[in-house]
Amino acid sequence: MKKKIKIKINGKLKIIDDKTKLSVFLENHKVPLSKVAIELNRKIVDKKKLMQIFLKTNDKLEIVHFIGGG
Amino acid sequence: MQDKLIIAKTKFNSRLIVGTGKYRNMLECAKAIKISGAEIVTVAVRRVNISDKKKPLLMDFIDPKKITYLPNTAGCFNSHEALRTLRLAREIGGWKLVKLEVLGDKKNLFPEMIETLNSTEVLTKEGFKVMVYCNDDPLMAKRLENVGAAAIMPLAAPIGSGLGILNKVNIKIIRNQTKLPLIIDAGLGQASDATIAMELGCDGVLVNTAIAKAKKPFEMAKAFKNAVIAGRQSFLSGRIEKKLMGIPSSPNKGII
Repeated sequence: MKKKIKIKINGKLKIIDDKTKLSVFLENHKVPLSKVAIELNRKIVDKKKLMQIFLKTNDKLEIVHFIGGG
Repeated sequence: MQDKLIIAKTKFNSRLIVGTGKYRNMLECAKAIKISGAEIVTVAVRRVNISDKKKPLLMDFIDPKKITYLPNTAGCFNSHEALRTLRLAREIGGWKLVKLEVLGDKKNLFPEMIETLNSTEVLTKEGFKVMVYCNDDPLMAKRLENVGAAAIMPLAAPIGSGLGILNKVNIKIIRNQTKLPLIIDAGLGQASDATIAMELGCDGVLVNTAIAKAKKPFEMAKAFKNAVIAGRQSFLSGRIEKKLMGIPSSPNKGII
C-alpha cells in the first residue's frame, strides 16, 4: 500500500498518496489551470513547473480564482 | 473629438466601471454588465471550491478577452494580504492593472490609508498599474500620486451605503490638483450620484451595489450608463455661473 501524507488544500486537511505530483493532483481535481493561480507554502507556483513539484507532508496549497466582487 | 477614458495608457469608451459582486447569479451579473456598457469590471480573488467541480466560474460568463478584469483586494485589511492577493491575481492571467483596496475598519469599511500608501508604492515598483481606493483627502491623494498610482479612486461614501457623494468640495480639490484618472469608487446610490461625480470633473465612476441590489438591476445598469454620459457631457459643456438673483430668460424690451 502506498504511503499517505497530509496536506492542506485551501485550508482543509486532505490525505493523499505520498510523492503525488502537483500536476497530477490538480488534474485529478479537474482544476482549470488557465483560470487559477496556485500557491504552495506561501510561494506562487509557476504553472509551467507543475510537473516538477512533488507534494510533501504538511504542504499548504492554495488555489484561487476570480469571483464576483466590488 | 474622441473623449476616451485613459488608464495606464489604455483607452476605454465607457467611463462606467462596474463591480461583479452581490448579483443573484452570474447570468444576471453578465447581463447587467452588458447593459451598462462597462468595459472594465472589478473581480475578487478567492479560493476555488475544490470539492464542487461543477460550480460555474466567472470567466465562463464574462469573457476576460472582451471585458477588462480589474482584480480587487476587497476584504484585505493589511498591506501583506493585499500584496499577496494581487500577486496571485497577476499569476492567473497576467493582469497588471489592479485595484488596491486595503480596509481599516470592518464596520465603516473606510480605507486604511497608511497601508494603502505603502502597498501602492510596493506594487508600482513590481510593475503593477495600481488604481487606488482611498478616502477623499486631497493630501493623501497627492501622496498616492507621488508614489506612482495609476488612478485615484476616492470614496463617495462608505462602501455599499448608497449615500452618494458626501464631500463634493474635496472631490473638486482632488480634481483640480491631479491629472491622473479620478474615479469615484463606493457609496453611490442612484444614477444621479454618478452624474454629479462626472459634473465635478471625475473621469469615471465605479458602481456595484447600487446596480446589483436595485429592485430592477438591468434598468439601473442602463440608468447609470446614461447618467455617466450625461454628467460627462454636462461637464464638458461648461455650466453657467451660479448667481444670487434671478435673471429673466425673455427680453424686457417690447413688453406690452
